[in-house]
Amino acid sequence: MVEYNELIFEMSRQGRIGSSLPESDVDKVDLHDKLPAHLIRDMPAELPEVSELQLIRHYTALSNKNHGIDNGFYPLGSCTMKYNPKINEDVARFEGFSRIHPYQPVETVQGALKLLHELQEDLAEVTGMDAVTLQPSAGAQGEWTGLMMVKAYFEQKGEKRIKVLVPDSAHGTNPASATVAGFKTVTIPSNEDGLVDLAELKKHVGHDTAALMLTNPNTLGLFEKDIVDIAKVVHEAGGLLYYDGANANAILGKTTPGNMGFDIVHLNLHKTFTTPHGGGGPGAGPVGVKEKLIPYLPVPRIEKENDQYVLNSHHPLSIGRVKGYYGNFGILVRAYTYIRTMGPVGLRQVSESAVLHANYLRKKLEPYFESPYSQYCKHEFVLSGSRQKKLGVRTLDMAKRLLDFGYHPPTIYFPLNVEECMMIEPTETESKETMDAFAEAMIQIAKEVEENPDVVLEAPHTTIIGRLDEVQAARQPILRYSKEE
Amino acid sequence: MTSTYRYLPDTKQDQEEMLALLTISSVDELFEDVPKEIRLDGELNIPNAVPEPLLVKKMHQLSSQNKHANHYPIFLGAGTYDHYIPSVVNHVISRSEFYTAYTPYQPEISQGELQAIFEFQTMVCELTGMDVANSSMYDGPTSLAEAASLAITSTRRSKVIVSKSVHPESRAILNTVSGGLEYTVEEAALDGDITDLEKLQEQMDQDTAAVIVQYPNFFGSIEDLTKIKTISEEKGALFIVSANPLALALLEAPGKLGADIVIGDMQPLGIPMSFGGPHCGYFAVKKKMMRKVPGRIVGQTTDDQGKRGFVLTLQAREQHIRRDKASSNICSNQALNALASAVCMASLGKEGIRQMAQLNIEKADYMAKCLQKKGFNVKNKAPFFNEFIVEFPLPVKEVNGKLLEAGMIGGFDLGNDYRLENEMLIAVTEQRTKEEIDQFVKVLEAMKNG
Ligand SMILES: Cc1ncc(COP(=O)(O)O)c(C=O)c1O
Repeated sequence: MVEYNELIFEMSRQGRIGSSLPESDVDKVDLHDKLPAHLIRDMPAELPEVSELQLIRHYTALSNKNHGIDNGFYPLGSCTMKYNPKINEDVARFEGFSRIHPYQPVETVQGALKLLHELQEDLAEVTGMDAVTLQPSAGAQGEWTGLMMVKAYFEQKGEKRIKVLVPDSAHGTNPASATVAGFKTVTIPSNEDGLVDLAELKKHVGHDTAALMLTNPNTLGLFEKDIVDIAKVVHEAGGLLYYDGANANAILGKTTPGNMGFDIVHLNLHKTFTTPHGGGGPGAGPVGVKEKLIPYLPVPRIEKENDQYVLNSHHPLSIGRVKGYYGNFGILVRAYTYIRTMGPVGLRQVSESAVLHANYLRKKLEPYFESPYSQYCKHEFVLSGSRQKKLGVRTLDMAKRLLDFGYHPPTIYFPLNVEECMMIEPTETESKETMDAFAEAMIQIAKEVEENPDVVLEAPHTTIIGRLDEVQAARQPILRYSKEE
Repeated sequence: MTSTYRYLPDTKQDQEEMLALLTISSVDELFEDVPKEIRLDGELNIPNAVPEPLLVKKMHQLSSQNKHANHYPIFLGAGTYDHYIPSVVNHVISRSEFYTAYTPYQPEISQGELQAIFEFQTMVCELTGMDVANSSMYDGPTSLAEAASLAITSTRRSKVIVSKSVHPESRAILNTVSGGLEYTVEEAALDGDITDLEKLQEQMDQDTAAVIVQYPNFFGSIEDLTKIKTISEEKGALFIVSANPLALALLEAPGKLGADIVIGDMQPLGIPMSFGGPHCGYFAVKKKMMRKVPGRIVGQTTDDQGKRGFVLTLQAREQHIRRDKASSNICSNQALNALASAVCMASLGKEGIRQMAQLNIEKADYMAKCLQKKGFNVKNKAPFFNEFIVEFPLPVKEVNGKLLEAGMIGGFDLGNDYRLENEMLIAVTEQRTKEEIDQFVKVLEAMKNG
């Protein structure tokens, strides 16, 4: 294949255009009659000038340099790279969904509000919560929204609680969200089984504990067996339990955060509920809460009054708005479509398959890589590259070698508490053949590390570009194209 | 549990083989560490699965309960606009190499996404007149709040001043966000349809981290950024401008007028209204603040052969490295919509975007003049872009009811957020034809006379 390495700005030629707008059918306006000269632009923005075909070829060439789920296996742990159904894409583009304005009179958008209201109810059921807001745009924003509710709840009760506890295996957004919500983060070390150390937890829980943020199954893929006791410890100290449900793919129809004792949950619809990641977004991070936190939910809330769906902002204790309008509607439409496709039995099977797949793949790889925990995993598992590291090959090298086999590598170096971590999540939508082939590639790499480490150290060999110099990128940042260069 | 679901590939034999390797007899054994008392017994109480053909039908029925802009010419704006989206946009973002990829953590197999975002960053810099733009934020309002928080942390001051002519939702979100980080938000008063500069000057003090205005503002009016820059600079405050990127095709770039941070929403360029989301925030700064920007940034570098390539860079700012010390908690953003707006900007091109902005100005100007001729009061004193305020002798709700009967969606009621009774904010984009505008005016005239 001919290598493509052109920026759209480099192919731009003065006088070309890629679109056609109508002539004005009203009177001309000279901007200089309207505005003072200093507010009128004299240097046009240097946007590219390309024909429509050039534009399409450019982006098609770029897409060919990108790996998505539709290209091949993508076992990126903690990200739930499952199949993104096509019907969801079609439905979100229906003109009755994509061409409506958020400020239209509610009578003219009853279909949209009905969908949102039903989705709220479905997600409340899936999480075992009493009410749900669909406003947050992503997991991190969901976390922060939840923590702002925690804050408001304690303020209302007149209690000053400033600490949020997070395990050392927690996703980076957990402590970051706690900071943005104005809390201090306290890190709780995991025990050698990869679980929350109850004794350590007890040491840190106290009258200043606002909440414990937990992922369950945790980011090592292990179910926190002591969850009921954990919840009790936190609740007895007057704190709340926050469930990071970014990866809920193991619990659908099996258990709920509500049953486990959690008070607040966020979900990443762009993981468990199949909405595409889009190369980094947009997603959606709905938040569910138990009854006692309902008054603090963001406004406007989508409610049903008699037979009408309405937007209600009259909730005086609400934390307010967290995002423009009502959430990432187009994403919510996709998740709704998915839930309707699967139904209750289907969703339970999703989790059962996801868990079976992860355990199967782990079992196949265990002879070749350090597998730090013996408990059955849930939808994902971690391996350590420590054995290979002793031979001079790091997890990063093995990840790069996987690229040569056409796979997206697992998540690496996360969670932080596992040395040379590889976090693998096959998901339920992959076939056994795919997992078998992936396992073979991994096993081959493990053998290469022993017999011919250079082939791993110098990987990737087959990609369109080699390893990139990230240090140079950060030291001498080039963050935009400039003509002078 | 052998499956009849099209997204689940396991056959009975597959399952048996997997279970056999694990030396267990059923999947239930894998869930035995879930304590019995918290397991669900029975199925989730949600509707049963619907086969694809029936589901498509059902979703069509649901969507047809909404009145949409293809059937109802729409005069609503207020932050979300009905602009033409070139066909190429949907084709490009429908390529699943783009939309089914995660954040580009592995640059060797993500060069397409990375380069497209690098180009997006460049286009945002061009429009805003800034040095550095990130790869996107959730939306305009949350970008604004992040900009305010950045101003607080980087100046170590305790309050921001936001003009009342900034979108009410942006101000509402800023209030929520400031509650978390515990800083003060003061509003600057209005002088009619623009910020009251005298009062702003009085409000400024040594605690002021930033002044925030919108360009064009919520009422469509074009604030004089030069004057506001002078006021904020006097007290050493940062100047934050929330700008409509389409308007920037013709208006002087905020970066040239002294803005320290420019933020906003790319929705007008290539992103459907979609009931308010997903849209796409942007965030741009001058070089000196480069290492404080929230979110992902793509940078250019070279590979081991010296070949040009792109990577996520300056990651030391971000949550996955800095955890509770990160400059923001943002992780996922709106990458696919950033791509959509990049494609739209490339399609319009240097000339097309100016033409589109010009059409907006002319259509709005035409409609305002028509309304004035019929005796309606257009309230903007400052020049406006594609939106303006009109006063009617009737409540806006009634006016909009009549317009709906005539097959149109009317403007935004300023009665709620601004207590401006009987005043409507009308947006006129290039999508509105002269005929549609005339029709609107006719309905109003009939109402007035009848
Ligand atoms: C466990 C966990 N929590 C939180 C997040 C943050 O979600 P988002 O990227 O949608 O903000 C992620 C995703 O990266 C995650 O895996």
